[in-house]
Amino acid sequence: MTAIYILWLRQLKRYVRSRSRIIASLGQPLLFLVALGFGLGPIFKRAHEGSYIQFLAPGVIAMTVLFTAVFSGIELIWDRQFGFLKETLVAPVPRTLIMLGRTLGGATVALLQGLIVVAVCLIAGFRPHMTALLPLALLFLALIAILFTAVGTAIASLLSDFQGFQLIMNFLVMPMFFLSGALFPLDMVPAAMKIVASIDPLTYGVDGLRGTLIGSFYFGVPLDLAILLVIACAMLGLGGYLFSRIQL
Amino acid sequence: MGVIVAENLVRQFGDFAAVRGISFDVPAGEIFAFLGPNGAGKTTTIKMLTTLLRPTSGRIELDGLDPVTQQNEVRKRFGIVFQDPTLDDELTAYENMDFHGALYKVPRKLRRQRIEQLLGLFELWDRRDTRVKFFSGGMRRRLEIARGLLHHPKILFLDEPTLGLDPQTRNQLWTHVRQLNQDEQVTVFLTTHYMEEAERVAQRIAIIDHGQIVAQGSAAELKQQTNSQSLEEAFLALTGSSIREEQADSADRMRAMSKIYRRRSS
Repeated sequence: MTAIYILWLRQLKRYVRSRSRIIASLGQPLLFLVALGFGLGPIFKRAHEGSYIQFLAPGVIAMTVLFTAVFSGIELIWDRQFGFLKETLVAPVPRTLIMLGRTLGGATVALLQGLIVVAVCLIAGFRPHMTALLPLALLFLALIAILFTAVGTAIASLLSDFQGFQLIMNFLVMPMFFLSGALFPLDMVPAAMKIVASIDPLTYGVDGLRGTLIGSFYFGVPLDLAILLVIACAMLGLGGYLFSRIQL
Repeated sequence: MGVIVAENLVRQFGDFAAVRGISFDVPAGEIFAFLGPNGAGKTTTIKMLTTLLRPTSGRIELDGLDPVTQQNEVRKRFGIVFQDPTLDDELTAYENMDFHGALYKVPRKLRRQRIEQLLGLFELWDRRDTRVKFFSGGMRRRLEIARGLLHHPKILFLDEPTLGLDPQTRNQLWTHVRQLNQDEQVTVFLTTHYMEEAERVAQRIAIIDHGQIVAQGSAAELKQQTNSQSLEEAFLALTGSSIREEQADSADRMRAMSKIYRRRSS
């Protein structure tokens, strides 16, 4: 337990100390909110879909958590490059616990970052109208954070440097975001795209968030929750397995 | 049977054999030095003994346990000071120490006491709350060593611990290591480039070259075997005088890059 706690604490300290990183990572969600939210808002309204900011905000919040979480996991490569990973890999603590501590730390960072963007969305005019479900929305954010930190850790366990990083961003993380229905409603897209969206784990995160925050959903909150839980556990298992097999 | 045992240990990287069938046996309580030119296979051997790398073939044993199959048990028995940096730059000196102490389950009170003692010994106590990224190379190295000595393991690996240290710090280190060895019978496995150091500290020395052990024995035995006046002479007689190239790994390349970057931005 101490090991999990100390690794969690380390991730948090690193986060709090990198203020420039905190500010930098707010740029993208802000841009999405302003450019898309206000830019496409009038068209969305004309299509009788209601307020686009209301629809978009959960997607932008999920995006922030997704990116921060994957980055937190991928940070492992940094630790490998600068040697700190060795310090943890020879420690008398099962590696699965080390992976768990790191992942929970990274996920907490992603969650905090997500909450900052929630505040930004509120300023931009977003109003959640299901206050009773707010704890459930928080649970969704936490699950997205854990799931994708674990994904990042699993990937980073297989890489020894940052050369494959762009590949992962462009062919895994970006598609997961853009195809998740974060930016558009899923009920009207072509069938093929629906299928793609339904194998994207983030889709259930976005849908769950929307369900709990503004009461509109595609799959439904219970199904979203169940699927996210299962995938998060699977990714933690996979990440733990790959992490414990790292050789230096 | 000794506390560190290797039998016909082999490690291949692709078709390059870094370690080619070495055997040694270090009895409990001994200080054992592994000498060899760059790229001879010293660090690879230590990585295998410390569960970071799986051997291609052969047998290793640490305190009667197998580092390949009983990793967690093995990790409870050793401590290590690595050759290259393994500190967290964003944490302070004290936090790096405390992190280590917590991972190695050093009880809190004892932890605080030892951190103060070790940081004092290596003259870092005044800088304990400074983040490591503001430390000079020498200070980092000292912190690295202080951290390695925080918990008292059964076996202590020191991979070129004195590289880049001034004579004062080197002296502190060896005094401390010898004390640990005498007071707590800690077995020490070290590698170094400094012959006089090996001669002064180690009871037994193995010389490794091109992945093979070319000679083993006390410093006196090695000198006698090669008819040399000094250990340095014996070492050169055994390993030849050509200079070895070590391949830079990706971490080295990256570190070099980040140095260039820092220089540019400052």
